[in-house]
Amino acid sequence: MKVPSVELAKQRPRNSLLNGVRKHAWHYGFVMPMLVLFALFTVWPIIGSIYYSFFDWDGVGPPTRFVGFANFKELAFDGYYWNAFVNNYIFALSHVIIQYPLALIVAVILNNAALKGRNVYRLLVFLPVITTTAIIGLIFNILLHPVGGSMNAVLTGLGFQPVNFLGSPTLALPTAIVISIWKNIGVTIVYWLAALQTVPQELIEAAKIDGATRSKILFHITVPLLTPLAAVILLLTFVGSLHPFDLIKTLTNGGPLFASDVVDTYVYRYAFSPDMNLPRYGLASAGGLLFGVTVMIITILQAPFLRKAGKNLNT
Amino acid sequence: MIKKAVGVVPHIIFIPVVLLWCYPFLWLVSSAFKTQREMLMGGANLIPQEFTLENIQRAWVQARFATYFLNSVFITCSVVIIIIVVSAMAGYALGRGNMPGRKWIVLALIITMFLPKGTTIIPVYELIHSLSLNNTYAAVILAEAGPANIMAILLFMGYFSNIPKELEESAVMDGAKFLTIFSKVMLPLTKPVIGTVTIFNFIGSWNAFLIPLVFTLAKPHLRTLGVGMYSFFGEFSADWAGFAAGALISVTPTIIIFLFFQKYFIEGLSGAVKG
Repeated sequence: MKVPSVELAKQRPRNSLLNGVRKHAWHYGFVMPMLVLFALFTVWPIIGSIYYSFFDWDGVGPPTRFVGFANFKELAFDGYYWNAFVNNYIFALSHVIIQYPLALIVAVILNNAALKGRNVYRLLVFLPVITTTAIIGLIFNILLHPVGGSMNAVLTGLGFQPVNFLGSPTLALPTAIVISIWKNIGVTIVYWLAALQTVPQELIEAAKIDGATRSKILFHITVPLLTPLAAVILLLTFVGSLHPFDLIKTLTNGGPLFASDVVDTYVYRYAFSPDMNLPRYGLASAGGLLFGVTVMIITILQAPFLRKAGKNLNT
Repeated sequence: MIKKAVGVVPHIIFIPVVLLWCYPFLWLVSSAFKTQREMLMGGANLIPQEFTLENIQRAWVQARFATYFLNSVFITCSVVIIIIVVSAMAGYALGRGNMPGRKWIVLALIITMFLPKGTTIIPVYELIHSLSLNNTYAAVILAEAGPANIMAILLFMGYFSNIPKELEESAVMDGAKFLTIFSKVMLPLTKPVIGTVTIFNFIGSWNAFLIPLVFTLAKPHLRTLGVGMYSFFGEFSADWAGFAAGALISVTPTIIIFLFFQKYFIEGLSGAVKG
């Protein structure tokens, strides 16, 4: 039966969802592959890692031994876990404290149009970024080797004692941090360069004509305009340095004596390392989850600042 | 004259810094061509006393870098193609379609962006296992390409939503269908985004370590270059010269790709920050 147009108009609210779906069939079809992969490889892993963390499970067959919060309790009293946990945050915060401002300085230098060959410099800054982290870890193993490594050849050549950078419990983590900053700073530099380019050139030209000095331009125009993006870059730098698995695994494997152990290497050891007796997926999942939750909390705490930043940017 | 001299000053400071910065790479290139005997002597010297191609050959043949190289090429290309197709389609639908639920999908994507990846490798491993794909190429490819590439989706979304409506409307007037509009009119316009997504994911996948490591633990012949490097320290008990040669083989393609696509790399990152 044909529905008169007046009736159709009345029915619209009820059928709007169905109509919407039909009208946008192509659009839904186009999102589908992404949604399927998203469900399988993003959503399920998040749910799965929460689910597994409540089981005592060696990965053979489906998890059956539900243990409640026993894994978390075990972690809470595991000094090795907290060691990895603290190391992980020291690692990430060092990037925020060192890499973040250092990258800004380099970006300001590279943003200066008067500097000749800045494209070459920019390219070289990127060299470590695009290199396989695992290879970087192994290269530095050789360069910092106490016997025959270049670094120690230079040190002894200058009359210093050789230093076992990666074999010393006090130096291993700081060394890993320095290498990681060297490796990743290029990304933060590009973030800053992008932010610097949002500062309208006309504004700076106008200020120059009005006789503003360089420092005045920097502090009265560039910095205020950069602040909202600076918050975004801060978060990106922090989040980007939270899982240094590749570097730590190849550089020190968490050693010596767990001095450079991070959560990812701790989790890997319990889940995939053949030196351990049986894999403990439940405990490993709990370890990753606990760390992930703290990261989420920190990110959420930053959200109001970011939202404010976003608003400032739009006005 | 004075101005010219002043222009040189920064370079006098920068060049030593740059040389130190690049030392690991200079070391890599020089060590790859040094003899094993010279490597054993150690030192920071960068010029090989005796130039040899033996290490490259040893890495390529004995250490199976030929296999690892092909594995890396195959896996990386597959990952990049899957990500481009999936995220371009999703970005198009989310950027131009005003369908119900669109906002929720975008919100869900953004929320997951902040979750660390370390927690998810075990469920992904179990998923691949239950699909009986463990120790196959498909396992590595799916595990790398599967997790929603949020940056890529958002880049495509932003780019598609900024294309003027008139363009689409005139294509509709000409009688073009949805698929034609997408593939012939819209997609070609997103070349910068395709470039950005390609270079990021090429580098990401070529350099991937944890996923190929975990999924090829039992099948060394499926290893990628990144994981294969590792075996140098076992099988050949710290063959430094061989390692350097292998590392050079692994690193060269990314550098070449980067040189070609660097414009997209930088524009892409810039776009991500400016949001």
